[in-house]
Amino acid sequence: MNEFLAGSTFFGVLFTLLAYYAGVLLKKKLKHPLCNPILIAILLVIAFLIVFDVDYETYNAGAKYLSYFLTPATVCLAIPLYEQIRLLKDNWKAIIAGILSGVLTSILVVFAFSLLFGFDHAQYVTFLPKSITTAIGMGVVEELGGYVSIAVAVIILTGVVGNVLGETVFSVFRITEPVARGIGLGTSAHAIGTARAMELGEVEGAMSSLSIVTAGLITVILAPMFAGLL
Amino acid sequence: MKLLKQFGIILLVSFIGEVLHEVLPLPVPASIYGIILMFAALTTHVIPLEAVSTAGKYLIEIMAVMFIPAAAGLIVSWDMIRAYWVQYLVLMVVSTVVVMVVSASVTQFVIRKGGRKS
Repeated sequence: MNEFLAGSTFFGVLFTLLAYYAGVLLKKKLKHPLCNPILIAILLVIAFLIVFDVDYETYNAGAKYLSYFLTPATVCLAIPLYEQIRLLKDNWKAIIAGILSGVLTSILVVFAFSLLFGFDHAQYVTFLPKSITTAIGMGVVEELGGYVSIAVAVIILTGVVGNVLGETVFSVFRITEPVARGIGLGTSAHAIGTARAMELGEVEGAMSSLSIVTAGLITVILAPMFAGLL
Repeated sequence: MKLLKQFGIILLVSFIGEVLHEVLPLPVPASIYGIILMFAALTTHVIPLEAVSTAGKYLIEIMAVMFIPAAAGLIVSWDMIRAYWVQYLVLMVVSTVVVMVVSASVTQFVIRKGGRKS
């Protein structure tokens, strides 16, 4: 299986799209918030690799072309933000307060749990930038002396958790303002949360995009200050 | 041709982001320079909205799929995670939910206190 697929350029992308499509169909059918297309697709890909004993590198040799579009797609998040610039100007105090409180909360919760679980310094700093976008988070973890490969997994899964649980959290805690929903998703779950925010609405998507940039930059400044705590 | 031109502009902005990432000694990735540049170019009308919006919105729409390959890479780092996976999972889920609740609640509170509706 491995050798056959290693020769294929299109298999990785094709299987990823099929897995995502299966997730979309399942979500339509079951309408359960845990039936999240990204989550289902990830599980299907991992299950496939394990069951058929295919190397991740073999799969990623084709699938990496999907990852290639991540930077241009992130750049495009400026478009909905520009379209909602009026909203940004009207609510800038609330937006700054929300993002800043979110970043500080993230750092404090990670610190508290690291104490509770008895993590060492490297484990603690690996989790510090967990809510910000992968590329910035990796840089922060590397600089502070954490485990970069664990950080990548943690950051991506954090995004998936936010993407999956967002709507449930908003209904339980009565978050009804679209601006607040966008800030919540982007500050806690970076670009993967933003993918969900885009589906909720244009305002949510724009505010979530803004949070990726702002929360990312604030974390770059704050994380080193808190890294010495443990 | 229209879509190709739009995609070209988006790639150009991404490329300038890459150049800035290489030149400036800050831990800021190309995508973040790119998003700031694109926003600045749109607000100053250096790039008109129509010149990027069709291709841009399409890329955003399919963005979720782009994370799947990297997420499946979890399978490679699993050996490093295995020993602590329960603690890691608890920390990840709890902190994500708490951060979401705090940032969204604070934003909503300040909006409503200001008497302004979005």
